[in-house]
Amino acid sequence: MVRVCGEYAVHGAGTEEHMNKQFTADELAFRDEVRAFLRERLPEDISHKVRNDLVLGRDDYVRWQKVLHARGWAGVNWPVEHGGTGWTPVQKYIFAGECAAAYAPRIVPFGLAMVGPVIYTFGNAGQKARFLPDILASNVWWCQGYSEPGAGSDLASLRTSAVRDGDHYVVNGTKTWTTMGQWADWIFCLVRTGGPGVKPQAGISFLLIDMQTPGIRVSPIRLLDGTPEVNEVHFDNVRVPAANLVGEENRGWTCAKYLLTHERTGIAQVAKSRVRLARLKEIARATAHEGAPLLEDPLFARRVAEVETDLIALEYTELRALASVSTGKAPGPESSILKIKGTEIAQSIDELLVEAAGWYALPFVPEQFHAGYEGWRIGPGAAANAAPIYFNNRKASIYGGSNEIQRNIIAKDVLGL
Amino acid sequence: MDFDYTQEQQLLRDSVARFVREQYAFDARRGIVASARGFSSQHWKLFADLGWLALPVAEDDGGLGAGLTELAILFEQFGKGLVVEPYLASIVLGAGLVAELGNPAQREAMLPAIMAGDMQLALAFAEPASRYGLARIATTAGRRGEGWSLSGHKCVALNAPNADAILVSARAADGGIGVFRVAPDSAGLALHGYATIDGSRAADVTLDAVQLPADALLGTTAAGPGALARVIDRATLCVCAEAVGAMDALLWKTVEYTKTRRQFGVAIASFQALQHRMAEMFIELEQSRSILMMALMAAEAGEALARPVSAAKARIGRAARRIGQEAIQLHGGIGVTDELDVGHYFKRLTAIEALFGNTDFHLRRFGESHD
Repeated sequence: MVRVCGEYAVHGAGTEEHMNKQFTADELAFRDEVRAFLRERLPEDISHKVRNDLVLGRDDYVRWQKVLHARGWAGVNWPVEHGGTGWTPVQKYIFAGECAAAYAPRIVPFGLAMVGPVIYTFGNAGQKARFLPDILASNVWWCQGYSEPGAGSDLASLRTSAVRDGDHYVVNGTKTWTTMGQWADWIFCLVRTGGPGVKPQAGISFLLIDMQTPGIRVSPIRLLDGTPEVNEVHFDNVRVPAANLVGEENRGWTCAKYLLTHERTGIAQVAKSRVRLARLKEIARATAHEGAPLLEDPLFARRVAEVETDLIALEYTELRALASVSTGKAPGPESSILKIKGTEIAQSIDELLVEAAGWYALPFVPEQFHAGYEGWRIGPGAAANAAPIYFNNRKASIYGGSNEIQRNIIAKDVLGL
Repeated sequence: MDFDYTQEQQLLRDSVARFVREQYAFDARRGIVASARGFSSQHWKLFADLGWLALPVAEDDGGLGAGLTELAILFEQFGKGLVVEPYLASIVLGAGLVAELGNPAQREAMLPAIMAGDMQLALAFAEPASRYGLARIATTAGRRGEGWSLSGHKCVALNAPNADAILVSARAADGGIGVFRVAPDSAGLALHGYATIDGSRAADVTLDAVQLPADALLGTTAAGPGALARVIDRATLCVCAEAVGAMDALLWKTVEYTKTRRQFGVAIASFQALQHRMAEMFIELEQSRSILMMALMAAEAGEALARPVSAAKARIGRAARRIGQEAIQLHGGIGVTDELDVGHYFKRLTAIEALFGNTDFHLRRFGESHD
């Protein structure tokens, strides 16, 4: 009898040796190619920041994404016809793992993972030609205009209006939680175009808006870690060319749902969690606790082992999802598992890092985590950054459709409840 | 990338699923559990005829030479039907150790009879003071002329009341661990049989200077510890697969029940408090499936089993407890009655948690393994 998945598997048990036995020769060659590329082309000042939890600026992300683009690797999930890699799921998996292990910055998702796929799936020829090349080349920074102060989990209740006036729409309203909106050149928005009495999902359209248009005002929102990572974006009689409508008027919910499902599959962040878990173990080995390494404390070790087994399981859940997508299926409601478990695991690791920091969970010294800081350093490594990261990442189980919404999706679409 | 089964594997799965569907309705199972021996000889003969008893035995020994993946397929379906026939004890543990350790004469003396369904084995390896540590063996094997003399106390030996031969692990004077073939009616051997919480049969076995011939030792005492560890790891993966099948059955039984059970004028499935708990059951099930696949792939690639097996057993143990308890809770009062099958799945899952090392044991072994 033939062995299951004989052609493929990955390093679930987390060892180099395991990995070598599981990948095919071609896949190992690809891995080496990615490693060599990262060694040669990932700017050292940028990976230094990622490795040490230092603050990254707009330019850091753009510079790195341009390096990827020069190699033809910016559109990881894009089909070849639109300038993507056309990689197999295994290649994508290897690429994500190697990038995380080399401390590359994350790829900013709003252009490459969100609006890009919406445009090549639902946009017209003109829109594809106009927007896709700049997204791939990271010439244009995009942000997401979905949530509103009154429309969170109940996204379809959004009220930002777009009223047709000749060959323009006039947009009024407020979008919120707009991540990195302060750096954005363009925003993709869900707006209400349908008149009163229409079913809420039916009157929504998907609109691309130049952030330079008169009437747009961006105001920062400070999060628990003190950073203005997200914003409110206000629209006051903003005139948007009707040519910027993607898909049909009042049919934007289709784009929204497509994007949300794609967002969820990328949201598991398995590779990043693996790197952070390795760091946690390294710290716990080096931290003295009652005269022995913290990692040898049975209570702490148990919690590390629990989160690690959960992460291994999630790694294979993600591979199963990737395998299913590669056979042509759209990411299904099972991607909700990735969202829920991926964020829960990441948050558990954040928590354990705070506990490993001990006393150094207390100092709040954000200036220490800017490149070029030369003052006296508080705490070992990034210990004094563990709590701010933990605070910040409480967002993970809330954004992208809260974990409660994901459970609703599983209950309805998988279990038929 | 292909997580799907091969055609042969699908045929095996369909064949076991058909058996469970057609022969293992809950009432039929109840009759088997209540019978004197606690399993059906007819079913056992059928297993032999279908080749299932020969599945893991090497082709050189007349078997089918299937891998752990095929065993996992079989056990997942067994889990869905709560099959009580002693496949784990007799085939995975018993025949598995004979194949690992036995010399050609010993293999020839047992494996053909086992595969034909004419002989059943039990493995007596655990001891009251050993808990889950395989090397903590107080039972001794002393030399007596050319032969051996065994003394000690073995606990919870699965299927021992039905076994034609009991394989007993014992510490030899040279420090090695031997596995000995012992006849249940040997002088000095007392077998205290009982039913287990999940409807199987087991026994505590005491040995008081039981005299054995030289060839009762399977292979050598040097090879004993490694062979025991490998066979127990394989058996652990088998019950992990069985747990996945049982959890799958429990999830869907619970979903169906909440759709039909009405309170306050509506189906209780309409309550979000219950929907989210079932969504969590689904996530636990899928995470279990995923980590089982990881461990099977590692096994098929010939890697050391300790780390992947412990990862799987620890993760699945947590899921099994949660899904079992939730299934009972969501069924309400009927869930704690003996009449409904749901409680019996819960009992089997609870037994699996305790088999071959509980969640704490495997979390520790996983945490201490090198990565």
